Order: sequence, then C-alpha cells, then structure tokens
Amino acid sequence: MRLITAVIKPFKLDEVKDALKSNGITGMTATEVRGFGRQGGHTETYRGAEYQIDFVPKVRLELVVEESQVDMVVETIQQAASTEKIGDGKIWVTAVDRIIRIRTGEEGPSAI
Amino acid sequence: MSIDTGDTAWVLISAALVLFMTPGLAFFYGGMVRSRHVLGMLMQNIFSMGIISVLWSAVGYSIAFGGEGSLIGDFSHVFLADTAGASGSIPTLAFVAFQMMFAVITPALITGATADRLKFSAYAVLISVWALLVYFPVARWVWNENGWIFSMGALDFAGGAAIHINAGVAALAVVLVIGNRIGHGSEPMPPHNLPYTVLGTGILWFGWMGFNAGSALAANSVAAQAVVNTHLAAAAGMLGWLLIERKRAGHATTLGAASGAVAGLVAITPCAGFVGGASPLIIGAIAGVLCYAALGLKSKFNFDDSLDVIAVHLIGGIIGTILLGLFASTDVNEGGFDGLFYGGGAELLIDQTVAAVAVLAYSFVVTFIIAKVIDSTMGLRVEAVAERTGLDQSQHAESAYQA
Repeated sequence: MRLITAVIKPFKLDEVKDALKSNGITGMTATEVRGFGRQGGHTETYRGAEYQIDFVPKVRLELVVEESQVDMVVETIQQAASTEKIGDGKIWVTAVDRIIRIRTGEEGPSAI
Repeated sequence: MSIDTGDTAWVLISAALVLFMTPGLAFFYGGMVRSRHVLGMLMQNIFSMGIISVLWSAVGYSIAFGGEGSLIGDFSHVFLADTAGASGSIPTLAFVAFQMMFAVITPALITGATADRLKFSAYAVLISVWALLVYFPVARWVWNENGWIFSMGALDFAGGAAIHINAGVAALAVVLVIGNRIGHGSEPMPPHNLPYTVLGTGILWFGWMGFNAGSALAANSVAAQAVVNTHLAAAAGMLGWLLIERKRAGHATTLGAASGAVAGLVAITPCAGFVGGASPLIIGAIAGVLCYAALGLKSKFNFDDSLDVIAVHLIGGIIGTILLGLFASTDVNEGGFDGLFYGGGAELLIDQTVAAVAVLAYSFVVTFIIAKVIDSTMGLRVEAVAERTGLDQSQHAESAYQA
C-alpha cells in the first residue's frame, strides 16, 4: 500500500477528484494548505504598498491505494491537475505500513 | 421659534444614521488589520460608543454648547440639566443626541493609526481625556455661536476641522509616541478581510448622509443639497483615487475604491451645506487624488500610520476645509459666506486656513502631551509578546475566528 500525496492548485481540486472517481478511487482527503516552490508566491498591492506573498493557497490531496493502482493514480492526478504553468504543484508516493478501518477494525487492502 | 416636526424627525433619524457609522468604521478598519487583531480593533471602536456617550451626557455637551465662553462652555448642563427646551426648530435634546454621535465617532477615528499595538486600558484613558481636553473644546470653537472660530467667520458644516483634522492630527501625535508596529516595513501586513472593509465603507457612506445633511438641523433645501453633495463627493473621490492608483500601481483595487470614497466623504464634510453644482465633484475628485498621493508621507517620514488615518482624514479634512474657502456660495446657503470663486474675495479662505491651522496645532500639541503622560505612567503600548499574539487574545481573551 502506498500513500499518494499531491499538492495542487485549489481550483483544480474538483477536476482531480472527478478524474480519480471515474477511475474507481473511492476516497481521499483534501486539506487547504499554503506553500511555495519555484513559483515563489506572488505580489499584492494595498494602498500603493506592494507585498510579496510567499505562501500561496494550495490544496493537499492524500489517498492510500494498493500497489497496483499507484501508477494510474499518479498519472491521473498529474494530467488532471496540470495547467502547464508554473505553480501546478507536486505528487509524491510513500510506503504505508498499516491501514485500519476504524468502524470495523479490518486491516490491509480491504480497509482502503 | 416653535418646534417643527419635520425638522425634528430628520435630526432624530440623522442621530441614528451617525451612530451607525461607528460600527461601520469598526468594520472598515477591522477588515484591514491582521486577523489576530480584529477584535481589538472592533472593540476599540464600539467602546467609544460606551465611554464617550457617558462623558458627553456628563460634561461634554455642557463644555461644548453651554454658557457663553469663546474657548469652552460651562457646567450649566452637566448630566443634561436644563435641556428640556428648544434649539431653533428642534428640541434641544435632538441636538444633544445628534452631536453625541459626532463625539462618539471622532476619537474612534484615531484607532486606525494605532492598530495592532495600542493597549486597551490605555486607549480607554486616552480617548476619555482626549474628548475632555480636545474634542469638546474644539467642537465649542467651531460650532457654538460663541466659539472663537465660529465668531471669526470660518465655516465647518459637519466637521472638516472639528472632526477630521482634529482626529487626524491626534492620530499622528499618538503614533509618534507609540512607535511603529513590530515588523513594520519588513513583514507583509496585508488586510485580513477586505469584504469587511467594503461592508464598513457602505455603512459609513450611508451614515454620512445623516452626518452631513443632519447638520442642516432642519429638513430643508440645505439638507437636500448636503445629501447630493455628500453622495457626489464620495463618487468622485472613488473615481479620483482609482484613476491615480491604476496609473501609479497598475490596478484599480477594492481597497482603493473604498478608500477613495471615504476620502471624498471626508473632504465634503465641512462643505456639505455651503457648496452646490459641480463643486462636490471637484472637491471629491481632488480629495481622491491627493489623499492617495499622501499615502507616501508615512514611508517618507517613517511613521506607522497603520491604516492611513493621516492620509485620509487629516489630509482630506484639510482639503475640504481649505477648498470651502474657494467654493462656498451664499446662493446655496444664506447662512454661509461666498468663497473666492463666488465673489467673496479671500476673506473666507483666510478664515478657513486659520481654523485649520488652529485646530491642527492645538490638537497635535495637547494630544502629544496626553499620549506622553499615559505612556510614561500606565504605558500606551502592549508588550511585544502580546503584540505578536494579537490584541484579541492578549487584551480581551477572545478569538475572532475559531479554527
């Protein structure tokens, strides 16, 4: 099992979610976060004073999937979240030791 | 003169309109501060509705409008004694109520300059002493028939000098004593909720109809002129600000539209019942452009007027007070004088300048002393850690927004 984490542009969340759902993914968690990468934030002007806003709003999407689905999910997110402009975000994959469904206590792939 | 029900109704409604401006100002300012200070800002504004109303009924009205002195009144109306009769065509108490709302909002204007660092207890003392030593006497000078500025022949329809120059320069004095915010100039301090600021602008603009047109103290053609002037100056102020902002900084901003409208409203305040025709458009537009230009003063002289009270209220008040010397017309109001452009010569312009300078100098000096005394006794400013934590938690043990 793998945890797939993607940091994406907030307005892309629905597109990514719909693409994942149509590929059979049944659940995910989204968090509003702030961050910056090479894009390096943006500037805002208030009463003539220009501020560099480093941390810009992003959405962090997390989902745990079976090994066999990893490539499909990564590809789906990458395509759906892309605007081909700087600031589109990142996807990373990490190993997951255990997963437990709280309601039933079942463990492993059936708990996904 | 017997009491006129129409006049009375309008002044009573105007009192309520002006009252509404103070929570409007709270939201106007509250949106511009960072989120951890928003309750501190709202509280400072609405607290003025509490403390200043009490002071007004206790001694304020009497100091401003009792007796026959040219500098201050007397104590004949302490706790509103002997106010049962009529003033002109309205009950004296209608005038007391209307003027009470002016007294409430004026010290609250200062809070925009001292945002995020003024200790609440110090603020309570500051505005109380300020009302007693500065606002009540200056209101006397400007609006009472015995007041020296009034007798000199200077005009101030609804408070260009008495309110906006007065509070604006007081804000400067307090800022010079309290110092800059931690991180000023090095950390971004963007407004946390501009929708609040737009909401506050709408409330201020709405209430300003009562502020200016209520100052006619009658439901007559001067009041109607004041409504039109007030609205047009706000509109032209917005356009003037947006034009120069877009040219200088690249975008027409929401905050710019709100600020420009308020700048226009400030500048038309002294003029509202004395000018007509295209004058409010000219006055509003000049204020929109010059108040925007005045934003640069604080960085040039390195004082942290956090929400630009000086650029908008002090400069806007000066613009309106001086321009009235040019645009006043007795065709609009027989009770006024003609300005330079309407055949009155330079006399009114000189009187207006004297009034502006006198209020500016008196308010600055006395406010500076008050602020210094508070600072060296109880302390004007919160501790550094309290400033970092935010006024909401450090001063009031509350949070505006629960996570």
